[in-house]
Amino acid sequence: MIAYIFIFLGLVFIFFGTLGIIRFPDIYTRLQTSSKCDAAGSVAILIGLMIKEGLNAVSLRILIILLFLLLTNPVATHAIARSAAIRGIKPWRKVNNGERKDRLR
Amino acid sequence: MNIITLIITVIAITASLALYRVILGPTPWDRLIAVNLISSKVVIIMVATAVFYKRSIYMDVALVYAVIGFVSIIAISKFLERKGTKKE
Repeated sequence: MIAYIFIFLGLVFIFFGTLGIIRFPDIYTRLQTSSKCDAAGSVAILIGLMIKEGLNAVSLRILIILLFLLLTNPVATHAIARSAAIRGIKPWRKVNNGERKDRLR
Repeated sequence: MNIITLIITVIAITASLALYRVILGPTPWDRLIAVNLISSKVVIIMVATAVFYKRSIYMDVALVYAVIGFVSIIAISKFLERKGTKKE
């Protein structure tokens, strides 16, 4: 039962993260939802699978993959954001009357 | 419906939705973000497949795929940071 709760939580995080990738207007906002989707969703699904499997060798390998994802996803996100900031991508702003300056594609 | 089948189905559908941003992202960084997301989802699909078939060899494939995805994201972002040249 606890495993099912973790797995459904992870699926909800992954669905809304992908929705944010499609709908948000800028690089940095998309990067934020992508980071949440990676960190929270993947880790929750892997914890759910680990509880469902029990304590054996498969569960230990899932733990290793979980720790690796938890270490490397923020590093990759930070590398992308630093690269975009050095090349001079400006953050998105609203103009006064609520219109969007650059249209969604 | 089995719970692992549900995981694989939902993650495959959302990965194909993220392919939208890979195809028509305005800048290269948008494509890079979406590729990072898809790479992270493929790892979860591989782990769920390994639990489903009870083959632990798929778990090693997932670990190697995670390492290759991380190194490629770092390399492409450093490449774009230097304006596509070798040095400054």
